Amino acid sequence: MAKMVTIEIDGLPIQAEEGQNLVYVAKENGFFIPSLCYYENMDPPLGTCRTCTCRINGKPGPACIEKVREGMQVEVNKADLVDMRKSIIEMMFSEGNHFCPSCEKSGNCDLQHMAYELEISHTRFPHLFKDRLIDYNSKRMVMEHNRCIKCRRCVEEVLSDDGKRVFMYMNRGNETYVGIDYEQEAKLSKEQALNAMNICPTGAIIVKGKIFSKPFGQRAFDLSSSQKNYGKKPIKLSRGAVMEKKIVATASLAGCFGCHMSLLDVDTDLLDLIELVEFNKSPLTDIKKFAHRCHIGIIEGGCSNDENIEVLREFREKCDILVSLGECSIWGGLPAMRNTVPLGECLEEAYLNSFTNDPAKSTIPYHEDIPKLLNRVFACSEIVKIDYYIPGCPPSASHIWKAIKNLLWHEEYSILYSEFKYD
Amino acid sequence: MHQSGADRLFEVEPLRSYLLNVLRNIQMSEGYISDEKISLLAKKYDVSNVEVEGVVTFYHFLHRKPTGRHVIYLNNSLTSVIKGYERVKESFERETGALMGSVDRTGTFGLFSTPCIGLSDQEPAALIDFYPFINLNAIKVKDIINSIKQGASPADICDYPADNIRYTPISGSVFFSDFKEGISLVNAFKLSPQEIIEELKKSQLAGRGGAFFPTWMKWDATRKQESTLKFIICNADEGEPGTFKDRVLINSQAASLIEGMIIGGYTAGASYGIIYLRGEYFWLAEKLNTRIQAYYQKGLLGKTIGGKDGFNFDLRIQMGAGAYVCGEETALLESMEGKRGEPRTKWFLPVEKGYLQMPTIINNVETFCAVARIFEKGLDNYCEKGIPGSPGTKIISVSGDCSLPGIYEIEWGMTVAELLELGEANDPYFIQVSGPSGECISMKEKYRRISMLDLLARKDIRCGGALTVYNSQRDLIMILSKYAEFFKHESCGICTPCRAGNYLIERKLDKLRNGLASREDLENIRSWANIMKASSRCGLGKTAPNSIILAMEKFAEYFYKRLYHTDNQHEGIVAFDMEAAISDYEKYKN
Repeated sequence: MAKMVTIEIDGLPIQAEEGQNLVYVAKENGFFIPSLCYYENMDPPLGTCRTCTCRINGKPGPACIEKVREGMQVEVNKADLVDMRKSIIEMMFSEGNHFCPSCEKSGNCDLQHMAYELEISHTRFPHLFKDRLIDYNSKRMVMEHNRCIKCRRCVEEVLSDDGKRVFMYMNRGNETYVGIDYEQEAKLSKEQALNAMNICPTGAIIVKGKIFSKPFGQRAFDLSSSQKNYGKKPIKLSRGAVMEKKIVATASLAGCFGCHMSLLDVDTDLLDLIELVEFNKSPLTDIKKFAHRCHIGIIEGGCSNDENIEVLREFREKCDILVSLGECSIWGGLPAMRNTVPLGECLEEAYLNSFTNDPAKSTIPYHEDIPKLLNRVFACSEIVKIDYYIPGCPPSASHIWKAIKNLLWHEEYSILYSEFKYD
Repeated sequence: MHQSGADRLFEVEPLRSYLLNVLRNIQMSEGYISDEKISLLAKKYDVSNVEVEGVVTFYHFLHRKPTGRHVIYLNNSLTSVIKGYERVKESFERETGALMGSVDRTGTFGLFSTPCIGLSDQEPAALIDFYPFINLNAIKVKDIINSIKQGASPADICDYPADNIRYTPISGSVFFSDFKEGISLVNAFKLSPQEIIEELKKSQLAGRGGAFFPTWMKWDATRKQESTLKFIICNADEGEPGTFKDRVLINSQAASLIEGMIIGGYTAGASYGIIYLRGEYFWLAEKLNTRIQAYYQKGLLGKTIGGKDGFNFDLRIQMGAGAYVCGEETALLESMEGKRGEPRTKWFLPVEKGYLQMPTIINNVETFCAVARIFEKGLDNYCEKGIPGSPGTKIISVSGDCSLPGIYEIEWGMTVAELLELGEANDPYFIQVSGPSGECISMKEKYRRISMLDLLARKDIRCGGALTVYNSQRDLIMILSKYAEFFKHESCGICTPCRAGNYLIERKLDKLRNGLASREDLENIRSWANIMKASSRCGLGKTAPNSIILAMEKFAEYFYKRLYHTDNQHEGIVAFDMEAAISDYEKYKN
């Protein structure tokens, strides 16, 4: 039996076997430390993703590469550390090209799960939109480099029967990606291939044909949080404000109107809504011009052309509070899929080179009356200051309604884990 | 092609340690590493193709596409830019017919840029087939390329750099005085390993690569490991832009380096030493190897060294292949094992499990030279120089906007102002100490001393080896952008904060350069840089944002001037360059 030692986590004394991994010990004792590259029995640990950064004996560092020893002082839930861990997950989202609604792994994705757990509504970093290719060449697998977080799990764990690596890092710096060995991949059994897909914390390794095997609600991370007290902290105390009538404006920029549709899913609460708010400029009322200043402006979609920017700026001027609703508005979303490709190529593909076009007659439209396309899709926060973000594609109706009631009448609410989604 | 002295392994080393050498040799003879060669090597080493390819793509001197019969690497570091990089580049492009980053149509020349090749005192400089060409200008380039076209070999027409030792202390030089070979060994062998540790403790010698970890502690920890196989490794992967002191030491003081390593072997009980020489210094390898062979001849390397029974010590050179991060000691170990140079976690320290998982001492060139000098001239001679608490001298590579770039061996305690005066820097404005990962200082701080004291109080400055001067005409934001770009490329790429963080900070600096940044952007840079510092895996990511954080503090007014200023700005509207944003689309205007 190994020697027992006493360590302190956030001031609480904890008994553990000497030399055990700190992430493991913390988890056993009910402390939630987010982690992605870590999993049990990995020796030595990978220490690549840095998501488990805590403060150990006064110095910041990842918990996963710490062996428990007598007298160890660990800080986990200090505000600065919580924020730092959040920022690292946010970095992964802004560095990769993560389009959750179109991802096979959505709902079963560790990265997405961690972001839910940390209640990340938006990234503080601009998305980098680096162009990455997708490798379909191997027999059974697709390497979706856009989604890879370079955690090293597959590099270390997936070996062919003769002990050779199937995956390996290529290049370095911001050009780093995980390459696949076609020859070794072909040797993997069906189970080994599925294991590779499962071991990947995101949707970077996909076995061809294995998609959407489970419906929404039955996927791994749809319904319940790993933290006991998730969402227990209500957001903003109620001031018991009088529910006076408020004026709301909405707009849909480069989006699909799905968020507006979701707004209508508020269902019977719509009756309350009608009593409490008056809609001004909005596609719902078809009012084209601001008649008065509004308490709140709700923006769906990002900025893809100069008209979007004009509208958005006007909203900023005319609204007290501006809310980004849904992924497109928050960081570009699906329209931003074009951001990794130069605009010229997109236009030529759409108007000149597509199969249905007659090359002799085709032309790329340009007229002073039509809005000018921007080089890339911009997040609303790159154009104006955004006060609040409601994530989702689309956000669920209850999430929207709770958030808006909170913003307008300071009504207390807590968001449920199951309501907080990116897809 | 001459032998680099790296072409043999010790009998205790596995074949895999040889991989980097093999790859280098293929690169040099064939100009690139083909798919066929990768398959062949994978079979030979019994690994998958992708594993070999992973190693190849990590190092920037190894290529997957043909690079031509002659490969030119032109330094594009800031010092080179200041001294006329652009024109030299144009001249190379014109004369060779190859655009930067490509090979000319006839397959004769490949032209590539590379960050800092350790010749900052003689810029613009380039390596052609890894031979140095210095102080370049358009005419010189024309002559060089013409000669090569007419059949001259770069090895014959290259221009070996001068040592440029500009200053040594009046009280006598520690590093550059005549070195009487073998004396340090005789003196050291009179002592027991324990006594050597005591001497080093008294000398307060600390790691001269820039981390300043007490040398005696490292040596003692390795000595105490119960292993029959231990290694002494010299980190000669001098990659920090602006540093070239190790180049000069290896060129002129190789004997003291070799003896320092032998003393290390004697102290720690290690029988093998390896010098990891950065790929850019290939032209130094032959000379260094000749010195090593001379030591074998004299019986000071090999078996029963200096008549000391049972003390055997072998030494070899390992060439790097172009990766800044390999200066990080655990990345260096990985690289020596024939792998990608990715830093290890701190799960084990190199003194416990280093090279080949065996106890290993890794020290910088200057540290080993200092050890030899301490035993050559005596501890007292060493300790009487410098200041209390920081005895001895330090070698600093000075470059940038100054009339006398070169090597300055200063006594610890000299002020920055004195050093700048010696180097004849006429209009110093922004001084980068210890390279991009170090610390920047303004002229308000010119009376700070350079010493090992007082790291936290920030009164004195520690200097790993470089002092780069920028005058008031230089664009500070451009300097910092260049640093961020450097780190973005040189990050090993496996930990998130370093890989993505440098990229994100570079984007923010672009915004600042374009005059679109707000105060909030500055706040963001500060906060993101601190995230990188706290959460990165190794020293690269932890130190990469140092300069930007300090520059924002020390040159606050400068940054303020570069912000977006307008009087009629509506609250909440972010500065945005509409013209730039629609520029692609405007091309379709009829």
